[in-house]
Amino acid sequence: MSTDIAEVSEESAVELKTKEPAEPLFSKRRRRIVSDPLNEDNPITVQVLGICSALAVTVQFKPTMIMSIAVIFVIVFSNLITSLMRKMIPNRIRIIVQLAIIATLVTLVSEVLKAYSYDMYKVLGAYVGLIITNCIVMGRLEAFAMANKPYDSILDGFGSGFGYAWIILVVAFFRELLGGGTVFVGTPLEFDVYGSLGSLFGTTLQTNGLMVDSIGAFIILGVIIWVQRTKNGYVEH
Amino acid sequence: MQQSNLYVILFAIGLTVVLGGGLSLTSVGLKPLQDKQVELDTKKKILGAVMDISSIEDPNEILRIYDEKVESIVVDINGNEVKEDSKGNPVVAEKVNIQKNYKLDPQERLYPVFMFSEDGESTDAYIFPTFGSGLWDWISSYVAFGPDLNTVKGIAFDHKSETPGLGARITEETVQNRFIGKEIYNDQGELVSITMVKGEGNTGLSEHEVDGLSGATMTAKGVNAMLEKYLECYSAFIKKKKSQKTASL
Repeated sequence: MSTDIAEVSEESAVELKTKEPAEPLFSKRRRRIVSDPLNEDNPITVQVLGICSALAVTVQFKPTMIMSIAVIFVIVFSNLITSLMRKMIPNRIRIIVQLAIIATLVTLVSEVLKAYSYDMYKVLGAYVGLIITNCIVMGRLEAFAMANKPYDSILDGFGSGFGYAWIILVVAFFRELLGGGTVFVGTPLEFDVYGSLGSLFGTTLQTNGLMVDSIGAFIILGVIIWVQRTKNGYVEH
Repeated sequence: MQQSNLYVILFAIGLTVVLGGGLSLTSVGLKPLQDKQVELDTKKKILGAVMDISSIEDPNEILRIYDEKVESIVVDINGNEVKEDSKGNPVVAEKVNIQKNYKLDPQERLYPVFMFSEDGESTDAYIFPTFGSGLWDWISSYVAFGPDLNTVKGIAFDHKSETPGLGARITEETVQNRFIGKEIYNDQGELVSITMVKGEGNTGLSEHEVDGLSGATMTAKGVNAMLEKYLECYSAFIKKKKSQKTASL
């Protein structure tokens, strides 16, 4: 696979002698665009963006997953569209143009959810609409898509999207486990952890109501940030 | 790159037209599918109040069961059947928008009644839709009563944005099952409705009380108010049905 790409790019480089050799599809720089937001430059734990939705939709795993998919879709496509139009967008109204693009995509997601997965539409309710106000999306448009080519912007969208997704999925997993005593409710992997542990030891385990509250999300988020910063040696300047 | 005012304005207009047009097209295109989903959802909720339909995957199967077993009428506050609206159009119970009716004065509302029959002859359950406010937004339910119009056979709650894991638990089966077998009339024949008490794990509850939800007292209060108010609106119909029954005996 990688050799194919290398060959193609070499050929095109020979053909278009005047141009610089095309950058490989997954060059080191591009890989970094995707991998940075996953860890060292994570939108939630390092940039501290998108906290509101990280608290609001993470009580259970399944809605969180749908939310992640919706956010990734919105980031990737708004990045792509903005990047394609970046030279046409008048500088003075760029923020409102970005907002219009995001809002359109979010409404689209919400309409499609309503038509094809009505149950999930009901569960997520207002939160899908609130992707519009998720700072990560607009942050990426303003900071990256306005200045970079479409393909790089897509990669950046995926990077930030997955960076957001894995954090809220981890938060949701622990909140559901500690707050509800279950894991993956509503999916084929559904399992009542506390129930089965309880019957194993012949007692009933008490779930932690704090975890169901937003406070629980703050605590878990804090622990994730702590672990991550200890590991990466990141210090706030 | 310097853009003139004209360019900025034209760009804004163009963008609005393109995005707005795209959205309208999607909305119109998806409307039939969404309507079907909403219809299916309503019928699922109505059936869900009296039978377990969670194992049925095929939407058409649910619609078929519904057509076979459920009959519906619409009544007004006095318990009289309403067949036409003020413009002379026929009134269909399934199409009555409970949320819109909720905003009207109780006297002017339409009250759908769904009658479930296992064998197609005698009515096994009367199902009433109810609507009210929870903590954050609306809550609603379909509550099913046995032929005595007093004992709860089942209830199916719905809500818009109650807190997941707290108030949103009213849609859980274990919570809904707490209502089964409870009664809304006391021995004197007065409507007392059913109250969700504060806190969870209560014992010694009467036949008019159900165990509450810990951490969701406000939602429980909304549920109580909703049931009480709506059942009162249906009480004329219930009385009428009851007297018909005693007359026919």
